[in-house]
Amino acid sequence: MSGLISVILGSALGGVARYFISGFVARRVGETFPWGTLIINVSGAFLIGVFGGLSEDNTSLLAIPDTWLFAVTGFLGCYTTVSSFSLQTLSLARNGEGAPAASYVVVSVALCLTAAALGFGLVDLLR
Amino acid sequence: MTASPPNPKNTAILYACVAAGGVLGSVARYVAALLIPVVSGFPFPTLFVNIIGSFIIGFYSTLSGPDGRLFATTRQRQFVMTGFCGGYTTFSSFSLETVRLLRGGITHTALLYIAVSVVTWLVAVWLGHVLASRLNRLKGS
Repeated sequence: MSGLISVILGSALGGVARYFISGFVARRVGETFPWGTLIINVSGAFLIGVFGGLSEDNTSLLAIPDTWLFAVTGFLGCYTTVSSFSLQTLSLARNGEGAPAASYVVVSVALCLTAAALGFGLVDLLR
Repeated sequence: MTASPPNPKNTAILYACVAAGGVLGSVARYVAALLIPVVSGFPFPTLFVNIIGSFIIGFYSTLSGPDGRLFATTRQRQFVMTGFCGGYTTFSSFSLETVRLLRGGITHTALLYIAVSVVTWLVAVWLGHVLASRLNRLKGS
């Protein structure tokens, strides 16, 4: 039960954070390219790498199941999104923006994996 | 998608719609992870939610879009798309699982996971869109 509550609390925060940042970025740089979702997914991937690295130490806060469910399953799971990424890629492709669509896919996957690896690396470095 | 005037009350309601949908989607993802097994290190639960979430957003956005047969308010669209679909799918878990596979030296599973994920997400959103377009073109209300 406490696990479910952790997911609920974390995801409410994560959803609000994503809505705030995507709106903020859209107002600043426009919506022709999905910069907001890219920034959200890359920053979320970096944090999940940090949390993943921390959780490998059994004495860390993130090794506690409820903390993990709150921060990772709840917050980061709801903060980052594949559905918007897919829909934005489809919209770019359907509008004849083949090159931006392909770049969005490649850049999203490459940056998110690099960010997650960097998060792990940072924890390794500081240990 | 922000057709309504940006007054504080309306903004607060939109945030509540996103939060409520996000919580529902995230709990559904949590349940999916409990039910779907990880087979030989391949993260099937995350792949499943990301495919289904991509399908739903493609289907719903076209069905409730400008030429769609389903009328939906901005609040309803934010609840379903930004909220539920956004909360159900996760790019961060995909990244974590891939990096863990790579760090564990299971490179071929990691590469397969990346390729299968990207292709199936995009096919799913496209299928959802195509199916909704067909429904939109059907005669009658």
